[in-house]
Formats: sequence, C-alpha cells, structure tokens
Amino acid sequence: MDILELKKMANDIRQRDLRAVFEAGAGHIGGEMSVTDLLTALYFRILNVDPKNPTDPKRDRFILSKGHAALALYVTLSKRGFIDPEEISTFLKPHSRLNGHPNRNKVPGVETNTGPLGHGLPIAVGMAKAAKLSGDTWRTVVITGDGEMQEGSNWEAIMAAAQFGLDNLTLIIDHNRLQQGARLADTNNIAPLPPKLEAFGWAVEEINGNDMEEICAALDASKVVPGKPRCIVAHTNKGNGISFMSDNVAWHHKVPDADQYKQAMAELEEAVS
Amino acid sequence: MSNLSEAKLHDCRDAFTQTLEGMAATNQEIVAVCNDSVGSSKLNGFKDKYPERLVNVGIAEQNMIGVGAGLANGGKIPFVCGAACFLTGRALEQIKADVAYSNTNVKLVGISSGMAYGPLGPTHHSTEDFAWVRAIPNVPIVAPCDSIETAAAVAYAAETTGPIFLRLSREGVPDLLPADYKFELGKAVTLKEGSDVTLIANGILSVRAVKAAELLAAEGISARVLNMATVRPIDRDAIIAAASETGAILTCEEHTIFGGLGSSVAEVVVETVPVPMTRLGVPGIFVPTGTASFLLDEFGMAPEGLAASAKELIKKKKA
Repeated sequence: MDILELKKMANDIRQRDLRAVFEAGAGHIGGEMSVTDLLTALYFRILNVDPKNPTDPKRDRFILSKGHAALALYVTLSKRGFIDPEEISTFLKPHSRLNGHPNRNKVPGVETNTGPLGHGLPIAVGMAKAAKLSGDTWRTVVITGDGEMQEGSNWEAIMAAAQFGLDNLTLIIDHNRLQQGARLADTNNIAPLPPKLEAFGWAVEEINGNDMEEICAALDASKVVPGKPRCIVAHTNKGNGISFMSDNVAWHHKVPDADQYKQAMAELEEAVS
Repeated sequence: MSNLSEAKLHDCRDAFTQTLEGMAATNQEIVAVCNDSVGSSKLNGFKDKYPERLVNVGIAEQNMIGVGAGLANGGKIPFVCGAACFLTGRALEQIKADVAYSNTNVKLVGISSGMAYGPLGPTHHSTEDFAWVRAIPNVPIVAPCDSIETAAAVAYAAETTGPIFLRLSREGVPDLLPADYKFELGKAVTLKEGSDVTLIANGILSVRAVKAAELLAAEGISARVLNMATVRPIDRDAIIAAASETGAILTCEEHTIFGGLGSSVAEVVVETVPVPMTRLGVPGIFVPTGTASFLLDEFGMAPEGLAASAKELIKKKKA
C-alpha cells in the first residue's frame, strides 16, 4: 500500500474501532487511536504475514504488548483478512473470541496473550533469539505503551536484547504521554526515553507515530543497525484523530455517548473526504 | 527394595542434564534458558557442548520466562531452568500469561526445589510452588522421586508439546524405580503393595515413605506406597483405589501442607471415598534453620515419624 492508501486504511480502522467501542459500551479508545497508524503500517506494508498461513514458521512476529488496545488489533487483523470483519461486532460479548485482551489460541494472527503489562518485550526477545539461533531472517516487532515502560520486566528484556545483539528486533514505544489515571510526567516520569535506551546499547530513533510517512520510513528493513536492537520512540497522541479525545487523559477507557459518537465519527469521515 | 539405606545416592540434577544433553545432540531445537544459574542448574556440560544454545538472561526471572515463551513461539523447545523458588515465585504472572494461558511449549525446570537450600532459609525454599502453579490451568506438575524418573520425565517433556513444570531436587536419593521405567503423566506408581494404609509421596519423600512402609511391615502392618510424581493432573483412580482398598491415606511432601500433594489427594478423597487422612509437610510456617533432611525429620517425615503417623491414622479407620 502507498502512503495515501495506508492513511485511508488507518482512518477506516479508527472508524470501525470507534463504532465497536460505542456498541460494546467498553474499550480502550484513547490508546487504540494512538496506536492505529503504527498497526496499519505494520500489517499493510511492513510485516511479512499471511492470513492464509498465520503460523508460517518464517513469518514476521508482531506483539501488541499493550494488550488493552486489543480492539485496534482485531480490527486491523480483520481488514488484513485474518478474521471475518463481521466478527468485530461480537467484541466483548459472551463467548466471543474477541476478549478485551488478545488470545493467540483463539484469534489467528495473535502471537501471545498479552494484557498484563511488561510481558511482550521479553517474549519478543525470545522470538528474535530463536530466529538468530535458526539463522532465519524473519523480524520481530513489539509495541509497548509508554506507561508500560514503568514495568521492570521491560528493562530486564532491554538488557538481554542488547547483550544478545538482536538487530532483528524492533521495539516501538507508543509514546502518548498519558497513562490510565494521569500524565506520565505526573506519575512516574520515565521520559525522555531515547537516552535511556541508548545507554542500554540500543539504536534509537524518534518519530511522529501518527505520521504514516515517518512510520514507514522508520520501519523500513534498511534501517537495521548491525548488532543492535532498535527502538522507535513513536510520539503519538492518545485519542488521535478525534479532537475532544486527543491528548485528554479522560479518554483512556471512557465510552462516548451518542452525541460524542456522532461528532467523533463525523470528524473521522471528514478527515478522509 | 531392601537395603535402601546402603544404596547409592544420586543427584537428580545430573539425570536432568545428562538427558537434556543427550536429546540436544539429535534435536537442534532444544535450548536451555537460565538466570545466571549455569552451575546450580548443572548446565556446564550443556554449555560446553552447545554454547550457542545456552541462553543465559542474567538474574532476571521475569524476562527468563518471557524469553522462553518467545523461543517456543520461534520453534525452539526451551528448558527454562532456575532455582525453583525464583523460577516460580518471581515470575508467576509470566508462567500464567506467557506459558499457561498462551499455551506455549515451555519446559519449566525448578532446580533445588523444596528445602534443598536448607540453612539458607525460607527465602530460598520452594515450598509453595505446587500450590502456586497448581492454581493455574494448563501446566502439568511433576516431582520425580529418583534419577530414573527424572530422566524419564525430562524425555517426556521434550517429546510432548505444551507447558510442563518439572520440580527437581538436589538432595541425593537412591533409585527406586526400575531402569526401564516409562514415565506416564498423571499416573502414580505403586512402590509397595499394601492393604492397611496408603502412604502417598513424591520427590525426595518417596524413599522415606518406602522406608516407613518397611518399618510398618516389621510390625505386621501392610502399607501401600504410591509414588505420585504428577501433582497435576492428579491420579484420581489411584487415590480412589487407595481409599477404597486400604481405608486410610497419609501424604507427605517437601512443601507446605496447604495446596500441594496432600491437598490434591484430599480433594479427591473427600469427594469420592471419604476416609481418614493425615497430611504431612511444612506445617504452614517459615521454617527454622536447618538442612532439608533435618527439617523433614523435624516435621515428622523421618521414616520413623511417618510410620508413627500411619499407626495413629490407622486407629481412626472405621471398624
């Protein structure tokens, strides 16, 4: 997909996500809107994955470590052909495969069951190490939230990835500056992130994580730094694309009322017209 | 089975690593993951033979389990080794989410389990791990009784897809099982037939149970001894048979009496064939200073103590 098509796809995903949150009466809409552009670029341009063969041993691995944004992943997977788009309407319903956090044993394309924070990156380190041991060239990409980087397990994994020289591993930090209850800066301010990752031996790049051109450029395979794992600090806005949600801590998992839903949908429709 | 006291003692860690090294020679996907515990997990031989396949993450147990899950996703068969107390307690959520719930092909190997670290104290004891892991679905728990069962269980783990928790000791134990023993998950082994009472044990307690049965036999009491290495899934049939046929069950384990082998047996007994039971183990305290052997004796699990408890238990049987 070219950049324009990717932008349209991201907008489609945002609209479907918004509708599903409204209809289910639950979801983590703020973090879903911040990560949607990253997911879109990954699934429609970067990752070598095949919905017809979702467990191909040579596939690229992707982990959404911020598993509470599962709905954005489900919508993306449905657009990419891993699950039936109609199934999105079952989100959170009894016995739906589409739980509030992704389950690899139920949803094709999901690699590990995330939800508790600080789990995805260690698993990604193991995946990248497996590829190295096998002499395979598939990549591993993991997205964490920025608040999630407060979990100590991430820093255990960051040390190991550098020690193992995992240049086939890319960590994307969805840096929207907000966590569930407050701003990062008012909670446990781990920003600035780049010097910390660099100090641990990683190659770091900062981008606008809601800008499709910057995302695609940063994720290009040519950006590999031999011997070093890569971290992309993606500066994003929580609630991106919807004016009254954007950068607003109230919208971590708030559900829009009918008027808010109408306005939000109108804004998203306007953005692609 | 006689002369157990004079039998050669084996460190089950050796059986583990010898089996692992042997399988790794023919199966390139087998890897060992550890948390700086190369020596205490007896992985030096593995490291010499397959240096690239020893993944040492440093002192970082949460990452260790996650890395194991990732390696499994990438097609490897990771044996994730560490002191049982840290492997389970420090990384229980990773065991739950990354291994059990995600159903990854991770082999958790708890080394020096129970009270093997003796005088180092309760921080280093792993006497809650049966209970912790048993509460999580999808992880079989196996505590082998000797080097033969250890080797067989390690081979089983490698050949079977899915999670497993192998709980190994470092205490020397004699071989109780025949050399051609084939491990079956969830299947207890009758070490001694008996009709008056059943002693159920696993790990390093099984040999003590056999010795206790010999003491009881000398007094004319016929005690059955079951080696119940698999704590989950528990062998319901063997428990029901023991309750029906012997009318009293004594359990002993190198674990708190809350939530481990004894609890697992009791859950079956109370719902099927209720009979008098005694559960021996760590009695829900932080233990005093002492070696594992001293502490087991202290908690009534010397062969003489087990025999005495069995005799008391028999008195409670219905006429």
